[in-house]
Amino acid sequence: MNNSSETLLKVENLSKHFPITKGVFRRQVGTVKAVDGISFEIKERETLGLVGESGCGKSTAGRVILQLYPATSGNVVFRGVEITELSPEKLRLQRPKMQMIFQDPQDSLNPRMTVGDIIGEPIIEHQFHKGKERREKIEQLLKSVGLNPKYTNRYPHEFSGGQRQRIGIARALALNPDFIICDEPIAALDVSIQAQVVNLLEDLQDQLGLTYLFISHDLSMIRHIADRVAVMYLGVMVELASSKSLYGNPLHPYTQALLSAVPVHDPEKEQKRERIILQGDVPSPANPPSGCRFRTRCPIAESQCAEKIPEWREKKEGHWVACHKVT
Amino acid sequence: MQSNANVLQVENIITRFNTQDGKVFAVNGISFDLKEGELLGVVGESGSGKSVTMMSLLKLLPMPPAEIVEGRALFENQDLIQMDLNQLRKIRGGKIGFIFQDPMTSLNPVLTVGYQLMEPMREHLGLSREEARKKAIELLDLVGIPMAQSRLKDFPHQFSGGMRQRVMIAIALACDPKVLIADEPTTALDVTIQAQILDIVKRLRKELGMAIIWITHDLGVVAGIADRVAVMYGGFIVEQAPVKKLYSTPKHPYTQGLLSTLPKLEGERTERLESIKGQPPDLHSIPDSCPFAPRCIHVSEKCQNENPRLEMMDPEHQVACWWNTEKENFST
Repeated sequence: MNNSSETLLKVENLSKHFPITKGVFRRQVGTVKAVDGISFEIKERETLGLVGESGCGKSTAGRVILQLYPATSGNVVFRGVEITELSPEKLRLQRPKMQMIFQDPQDSLNPRMTVGDIIGEPIIEHQFHKGKERREKIEQLLKSVGLNPKYTNRYPHEFSGGQRQRIGIARALALNPDFIICDEPIAALDVSIQAQVVNLLEDLQDQLGLTYLFISHDLSMIRHIADRVAVMYLGVMVELASSKSLYGNPLHPYTQALLSAVPVHDPEKEQKRERIILQGDVPSPANPPSGCRFRTRCPIAESQCAEKIPEWREKKEGHWVACHKVT
Repeated sequence: MQSNANVLQVENIITRFNTQDGKVFAVNGISFDLKEGELLGVVGESGSGKSVTMMSLLKLLPMPPAEIVEGRALFENQDLIQMDLNQLRKIRGGKIGFIFQDPMTSLNPVLTVGYQLMEPMREHLGLSREEARKKAIELLDLVGIPMAQSRLKDFPHQFSGGMRQRVMIAIALACDPKVLIADEPTTALDVTIQAQILDIVKRLRKELGMAIIWITHDLGVVAGIADRVAVMYGGFIVEQAPVKKLYSTPKHPYTQGLLSTLPKLEGERTERLESIKGQPPDLHSIPDSCPFAPRCIHVSEKCQNENPRLEMMDPEHQVACWWNTEKENFST
């Protein structure tokens, strides 16, 4: 939206490794490098799309940024504050500014709490409003996400999937955040409901000046919603560019293959389309290939790709890529 | 590849679930034909009845609570709905193959892939162990599983998601089916793996020439592989047409809505997505009005009172919509 504005969030060389343990003594026998040194910035009021296939580490990245998992190494700087090293109490004071919307509204709403309690819980926790004021705030939040404010005493099971996702959005908005991580917010919804939720997220962004990190595997939806897009593969970032240049002129062979694999809803084009079909599956993140992690499936890999890790560099202004073959 | 003979003729299937909370009207009178060598795409959102329809054909539903109230499904001059389980068992996995959405839950985790592949061939085709083994290796080769011979003794958990779905396809193809029913076979897979599977299906169709029913909610997938598409909503087929016609001139407001809500991968970026207002229908009430009426932008009084039938717009294009039929009457 506004590209010249200030940086809201800066992620530097962020990694998250999970130990693999074995036996009664939980001896560590290996590590899953779910996120392995990613760096990017998000500007105020911008939407950054984060795409990749399952297991590429995009959700883990989102959770490490919010410190839901402690980072293994690297920095996350939010509005000039380094949050990876904050004490729990200081981190708690930062929480209202950074919120998250989860993928499955079925699993992320407590079935035994009423909608009013679900949305009110963060408000109580951070003592934003009390008594009548809090009730009014909850009703106003429900209204802002397009639900009837009279629903405060209902339980999550009384709502449809799309409505439940709206409740999740209302909860994320309860503390007037500046930054929201949307982790596959529409993946569990039907096609006709997806557009409703995306439109709601866009309206809220305009009204409240929100900044989004939008994690998704749906490349068409990311193209619609994101200003800039980052592509992850096996824990590392392979390409980052404005939505226009990423979709118009993808540089990394993985991005190219990913885009060509997405079916388009036009039979004339679809039946004639030349696809880049990648061979094989994504390798295990516990034992990633040497050098470039994509080389085992890359159609243009050479011997140097196995030896050297490709450098993360700015190929063109604002267009970052990590590939030896891009010159 | 295609001829005009029907391999499967389905007439007026009605399936209900009798639950504690009352009846659920899942499928409310579905009729369609499947021609030899044709790929029919069945598109709809969750709860539209697309899976239940196909499972009704082979009685793959738990009965009760499910009840097939009415309907005929002619396959090789026999009505599948009237058959008893022993007769059906000879057809399931034999002449009619089925691929399910999630290969992890539909493969047996304690049996080897080889055993699961060979079982239908020994059962339906009466092959010996050696013959079945040979054919199993050929099948795994056919669906692109490397080192087929050594993988026969592996268990499903030793395969990745995409590989498991290939095994499912191989099992469904084991007895040279005339009809293959694929229920959301690529939904659980990543796009790059989906592209691999779609590639295999396209190739196999050319080589084996069977008729396929492909159930999906992804309009992009259908655009690439289907000859004809049926759109389902609330337990009805609301529109049916050859694939190019359906995408270029959709007639039903629901189909129009669906196609316009989708963000594009190419061309101009839309500022705001079109959306269909409201929620999918509640299937607990008796379907006596147009199921899409509460969400439709062209709704009229007639839509609330009477359910439109599937009418021919032209010989190939059928729509169930009052708005369309009335518009048509005005113009003629």
